[in-house]
Amino acid sequence: MHIQAENLSIGYGSKNILEHVSFELEENKIYGLLGRNGTGKTSLLSVLAAFRKPKAGRIMVNGEEPFENAAVMETILFVYDSNLEDETEKVKKWLRMNAAFRPNYDHDYADYLCRRFNIPVNKAVKDLSKGLKSAVQVVDGLASRASLTIFDEAYLGMDAPARELFYEEVLKDYMEHPRTIILSTHLISEMAGMIEEVLIINDGTLLLQQDKEQLLERGTTVTGPKEKVLAFTEGKKRLKEQQLGSTMSIMIDAVLSDQEKQQAKAENLELGPVALQELFIHLTEGAEQHAG
Amino acid sequence: MRPTLDESKPIFQQITKMIEDDIVNGELKEGEQAPSSTQLVAYYKINPSTVLKGMNQLVDDQILYKKRGVGMFVADGARGKLLEARRQTFMEEYIGSMLQEAGRLGISTDDIYKMMEEMKRRGER
Repeated sequence: MHIQAENLSIGYGSKNILEHVSFELEENKIYGLLGRNGTGKTSLLSVLAAFRKPKAGRIMVNGEEPFENAAVMETILFVYDSNLEDETEKVKKWLRMNAAFRPNYDHDYADYLCRRFNIPVNKAVKDLSKGLKSAVQVVDGLASRASLTIFDEAYLGMDAPARELFYEEVLKDYMEHPRTIILSTHLISEMAGMIEEVLIINDGTLLLQQDKEQLLERGTTVTGPKEKVLAFTEGKKRLKEQQLGSTMSIMIDAVLSDQEKQQAKAENLELGPVALQELFIHLTEGAEQHAG
Repeated sequence: MRPTLDESKPIFQQITKMIEDDIVNGELKEGEQAPSSTQLVAYYKINPSTVLKGMNQLVDDQILYKKRGVGMFVADGARGKLLEARRQTFMEEYIGSMLQEAGRLGISTDDIYKMMEEMKRRGER
């Protein structure tokens, strides 16, 4: 599914949560949407899922506006932390009811997933634990095989083995049935590997959209004798500095040329990569001071 | 294959390194089929594009070759090529840093030879 967002503003009343947000999502890629708490990730995803309208700007899904467009909406599935406390239906029936709106729904796959997640399918949805409620929604999200599938912190309440299962099934089913997937997450280190392209929202707008591998190349830790490290990183954007005795380590946001890498080697400076989570922390640092 | 990935290197490089290691160690022989991208994705829970990037690197380096619709196989001469490359890296990195450290500690080249003989004897015992 192809998605084009043009200059979106999203907000409630007179207040805008997000402004000037433009991006394009290609078909059959796994995107990671990252942002600190309260930056508007879920609001943005609600607009993508056609749950609400943007205040300004336009969103186009395969060339059509999705809001109140039934044909488009049945191809978009949004898994989020919804309230299931009043869902008195049994899991089995609840899944079947949702499946009615999903043309590509695979019932056998749903059964298989319920078994893998150990979901008691004859129990009422509302009586399940938080982790199992999340699992039921994940089953719905995967088995629907919607062209755009959004998992907004879909793992809430799941323990580590259940989350592993979730990641494994997302990747396996994505390979067999490619589709556009958006993962919105706080568990960056756990899920970084699954992501192909990263979107970071910060400070009321889209901070960046970049291929994950390319983004990771931007972050480098330079370690060595203080004077040399300072000289080498001169003029580069420094994200973090640490010192131990005469050894210094500076994290920079800069793509190094082969020549610079050679130079670092010649000067006995150690170059190390930076994990996505750490890069995210430093790229979005200071966001609280601007909030509110 | 190693059971886990770490963050000390880009993931696609770790994938290529692991497959190369298996070829160097003789666990993966020339003409044999390399692990499929499906297997690697499921095992390491990483995006298929990352696996593909690593595999394509190995194809470019003529370590693997593609058989349409079947998978990736170890190319003839892959092991020799890798051994040659590793020999070069061994000299530049291990020997290079050894000589540097020896210089710092005031250890002469003769001393290094003696140490090597000593370590070899210990290893044989």
